[in-house]
Amino acid sequence: MAPTVPSAAKSASPSQPSGKSEVADLKQQLRQLAGSRAPDADDQRRDVFKRVISCMTAGIDVSAAFGEMVLCSATSDVVTKKMCYLYVGAHARAHPDLALLTINFLQRDCRDQDPTIRGLALRSLCSLRVPNLVEYLVTPLTTGLKDPSAYVRMIAAVGAAKLYHISATACIDADLPASLKALMLSDPDAQVVANCLHALQEIWTLEAANSEAAAREIETLYSKPVVFYLLNKIKEFSEWAQCLVLELASKFLPSDNNEIFDIMNLLEDRLQHANGAVVLSTIKVFLHLTMSMTDVHQQVYERIKAPLLTLVGAGSPEQSYSVLCHLHLLVMRAPMLFSSDYKSFYCQYSDPSYVKKLKLEMLTAIANESNTYEIVTELCEYAGNVDVPIARESIRAVGKIALQQYDVNAIVDRLLQFLEMDKDYVTAETLVLVKDLLRKYPQWSHDCIAVVGNISSKNIQEPKGKAALIWMLGEYSQDMHDAPYVLESLVENWDEEHSPEVRLHLLTAVMKCFFKRPPETQKALGATLAAGLSDTHQDVHDRALFYYRLLQYDPAVAERVVNPPKQAVSVFADTQSSEMKDRIFDEFNSLSVVYQKPSYMFTDKEHRGPFEYSEDLTNLAVGAEAQENVISAQRYQENDNDLLLSTSDKEDNGTRASNGSSTSTYNAPSDLIGLSSQTPAETSLISTGGPAYSSQSNFSLDDLLGLGVTEAPAPAPPPALTLNSKPVLDPGTFQRKWGQLALALTQECSLSPQGAASLMNPQSLIRHMQSNHIQCIASGGQPPNYKFFFYAQKDGATAFFLVECIVNTASAKAQLKIKADDGTAAEAFSTLFQSALSKFGLS
Amino acid sequence: MISQFFVLSQRGDHIVFRDYRGEVPKGSAEIFFRKVKFWNDDEAEEAPPVFNVDGVNYIHVKVAGLFFVVTTMVNVSPSLLLELLQRIARVTKDYLGVLNEDSLRKNFILVYELLDEVIDFGYPQTTSTEVLKSYIFNEPIMVDAGRLPPLGPAAMFMQGTKRMPGTAVTKSVVANEPGGKKREEIFVDIIERISVTFSSSGYILTSEIDGTIQMKSYLTGNPEIRLALNEDLSIGRTGSSSYDYRSSSGGAVILDDCNFHESVHLDSFDIDRTLTLIPPDGEFAVMNYRMTQEFKPPFRVTALIEEAGPSRAEVLLKIRADFSANVTANTITVQMPVPSYTMRASFELEAGAVGQTTDFKEGSRRLEWNLKKIVGGSEHTLRAKLTFSQESHGNITKEAGPVNMNFTIPMYNASKLQVRYLQIAKKSKTYNPYRWVRYVTQANSYVARL
Repeated sequence: MAPTVPSAAKSASPSQPSGKSEVADLKQQLRQLAGSRAPDADDQRRDVFKRVISCMTAGIDVSAAFGEMVLCSATSDVVTKKMCYLYVGAHARAHPDLALLTINFLQRDCRDQDPTIRGLALRSLCSLRVPNLVEYLVTPLTTGLKDPSAYVRMIAAVGAAKLYHISATACIDADLPASLKALMLSDPDAQVVANCLHALQEIWTLEAANSEAAAREIETLYSKPVVFYLLNKIKEFSEWAQCLVLELASKFLPSDNNEIFDIMNLLEDRLQHANGAVVLSTIKVFLHLTMSMTDVHQQVYERIKAPLLTLVGAGSPEQSYSVLCHLHLLVMRAPMLFSSDYKSFYCQYSDPSYVKKLKLEMLTAIANESNTYEIVTELCEYAGNVDVPIARESIRAVGKIALQQYDVNAIVDRLLQFLEMDKDYVTAETLVLVKDLLRKYPQWSHDCIAVVGNISSKNIQEPKGKAALIWMLGEYSQDMHDAPYVLESLVENWDEEHSPEVRLHLLTAVMKCFFKRPPETQKALGATLAAGLSDTHQDVHDRALFYYRLLQYDPAVAERVVNPPKQAVSVFADTQSSEMKDRIFDEFNSLSVVYQKPSYMFTDKEHRGPFEYSEDLTNLAVGAEAQENVISAQRYQENDNDLLLSTSDKEDNGTRASNGSSTSTYNAPSDLIGLSSQTPAETSLISTGGPAYSSQSNFSLDDLLGLGVTEAPAPAPPPALTLNSKPVLDPGTFQRKWGQLALALTQECSLSPQGAASLMNPQSLIRHMQSNHIQCIASGGQPPNYKFFFYAQKDGATAFFLVECIVNTASAKAQLKIKADDGTAAEAFSTLFQSALSKFGLS
Repeated sequence: MISQFFVLSQRGDHIVFRDYRGEVPKGSAEIFFRKVKFWNDDEAEEAPPVFNVDGVNYIHVKVAGLFFVVTTMVNVSPSLLLELLQRIARVTKDYLGVLNEDSLRKNFILVYELLDEVIDFGYPQTTSTEVLKSYIFNEPIMVDAGRLPPLGPAAMFMQGTKRMPGTAVTKSVVANEPGGKKREEIFVDIIERISVTFSSSGYILTSEIDGTIQMKSYLTGNPEIRLALNEDLSIGRTGSSSYDYRSSSGGAVILDDCNFHESVHLDSFDIDRTLTLIPPDGEFAVMNYRMTQEFKPPFRVTALIEEAGPSRAEVLLKIRADFSANVTANTITVQMPVPSYTMRASFELEAGAVGQTTDFKEGSRRLEWNLKKIVGGSEHTLRAKLTFSQESHGNITKEAGPVNMNFTIPMYNASKLQVRYLQIAKKSKTYNPYRWVRYVTQANSYVARL
């Protein structure tokens, strides 16, 4: 990798070392310097150290010089010291025994007069990452957290997190988290506070996997006192720490609207910050807080538009890309709100193609009656663009807009004009679109056919375009005068057609044509089938054989198979599920938005970071968050529907209106998750509002599932139900099932008074139910109301039982809602569940 | 949480490499470099600034021809990391005066020192040049700025106008000058990037200004500064559409929106449009703004292409500078894509043309016209004859264009936003630091359709 720069060794500032022989040379020089008391020894040492670091940077293995470096480490020159620390930090792990030698001088430096030296030494000490040196870390860390200098405390706070990674027990045993927490809530220095928060989040999140206490501690971080304490100090923090605090605030669950407005008023001026990261974090807080207040939520969209557009224009192209990705997400959620800003999304000459692609998608989404003409005109300009991929995308965008709109006449004309441009990729893309348009609007076949008929198939090279043309030839062969002959000539060149996709289409098109114009096509059909039967591609061969046998069996049947009456396609399938989109929205201001994927698709479990609602089912602590996810996702959906009502969700709205619970219930500004301010009944009404609606429309699916997955329809007296002791169900599936399945049972039951009394936090009940083979997927709430989502699986079967359980500890009552894949076993499961619940607290 | 930070040269050499958490597998810099170089083989696309390879997220910005990269395993905020990278580059520039491969290589130990304080265990700490000063012990080794190609927006002030001390903007914020005493001065730059699209008939289809008020302070003791903008400045457009081009009566400046640096106090902004701030050391953006209000574009561009025989065509390009004669635009480039079957192009410059060059880029099939400078009020034309390898069919205007123009105009701003005065809180009667208020307008996307 490193180019050979000659005479690096002699240069005063060696930047690129020459090779590996260098290391031996360096060792040699270090050894000489180790004991040297020459007046210029310090300068020489500095130079040699520089060369070592330079080698390290270039990726040369300099670990062999570790011993010599340590020998030379005793120096009072800070610059040399820092280089030495850097080196030792990078290589100590490979030399644990030699690393011990550095402990001495690091410990001494930790007690230096100068706070800068103390801080530096402490940072390096914690960065050694050598397990057997842990004993030397604890004392300096504990002292460091109490150091009079903020610089040292700030380093010590991060040091605690470093220690946790080297030895979790050492960190916990020394009670460092408690010290961090105390410091976080009292230290006058904002960066110390921020680092404590960083460290606590990291330690407790990892610790939560095996400790209930840590899980509780995480919850306290999101509690009102902590969040408000930090928010009130927000201006003292550096912009990076502000982002951290804002991220914390976005997870806060306010108990009433006043709290929401307080926070929003406090943070309002953050939207004017020049740092895009601060603005996006603030927007996340606003969006998440107002999720349940449709009007305000919409106002937030209006409010954040201008700052986002300004950020897109300011800063480097890289910075605007990230902002644009977030804008893209918002536009896709509520295109209506951006329809008047369409000019902001026109492509600029200097935009890189990844930016242009995003803009094209946004333009497509926000096109409506009022702006379509302008947008399509603009897109048509791009179609002739020198940048071919963008030209293609633009044509596709025009097509997509045509598919969305009610009045497409003008757009169809434009598309047909593309065909006259006579560029092969333009023609190919356009043909694909015309095909899709015809599938949706068969009434335009006449106009389109007239133009398409003039295109010579020889001019089209791209398989997709060719296939589209052939499809049209087959589908509209009665209207296209020379369709049979065009097809015939295509069949003659069968062997030259490389794409199996085109050959498959050709087979089908000739069949269709045959039934519409038999005398003219008969010959071509014979040739086609013969060619298909001897084709080397398996699918082509099979389809030819299938057609052949079908014709042999009964031509009438064959006609019904090949040329059935077709219904116009009303909506083309969306590529991304709404569940996926909601997840990405949950993870606003994270990489998920840029990748357009929820984080579980690109990170492993331990690295999901603070943005993801953890999915680990065995992890009790995250239960609370997961539930938040389940509910909030529904809320978002409701909200989205409201935002989008006027566009595409008209059918949905109809269904929703007919489903008893009125829309106003969803919109009522209410605190769904906190539970404390709600009566249980009200809460459950809201949180199951979504599912109730979908269960109606999916009733048949329920039956289907029930039949499909259980081995035998249960006979009248159900056999004693046993549960699988280790069922596995991820939150996504749970959520989907909960949405799909109909309510099997609703029940109210009692808890034992002891049980109610011992239910101080969700975890205790979760573990109790687990011992009864009932797993919790999400939980939340505060005394006296708790809410749980449980699931269980019938032993030896795939069918799941899903339970929503709301417990009021004051009245010692629980309300159950049970849904089941196998509805017949729901009764038995309910009995089992209730008996398990009633035993809680008695053991 | 940042796992690693590194700076790579254009050739992929490591200039700085720092691992904060030791969790990313070895070879990440090489993986990154290969990915960026060969992002998409068949469709010469640029790699996006954020991508994921085998679970490792790579986030990068390009500054001064170098890649500034961080890796992370965690699902973090991309904006935070991109802002941070940009800030690290800026802080480094504050220290080194000039930011380029040479200066970084000479000062890599200092950069390591900075990195130690800027990020700890993957958590961003401080990026304030001022705070960092007390923890940085290396003295920057200066590179000779004179023999380096100019870089960045600051460089444009070095050409033409004598009033600008060319060395000032490449001066380190921390290093002492050879003379020993630091010169007390402050620079305020109003930099505007304009985007205009002209239709084929010369109408303005879209126009936008993205502006920044950038400050670089070399004042000791951080005195308070008052920056007064146009009194009639208003922010936020009324009406539902932000693109409703009403002619602005009386020439008031209406910004669509703006944002401000941390240090700016807006207490009196609503009353008299003044910003109060205590400028931190180093370079920073005081204010960013965006304007879609109608404005007079500095150049009118007309482009024509006409068939002249079966396999020939003629191109006419005309630029008119619509600004006052005491302003001069420099480094102007006009590009025009021509039909893909163009084989040759011959150019005909206007009589007496000075400092103009032309070129036909065969690879990308475009004409290029470079002008060293254009004086306000003047008009320039270029004729070109194209020879095709085949007969053109269909509409030739659909196969060529649009024309794109790049330029820089010092001492000109399209928005009319002004700094009325720059007041420095006085320490003593003799304290009178140099103040430089400079304007510049650059083309962001200046396009004329055919």
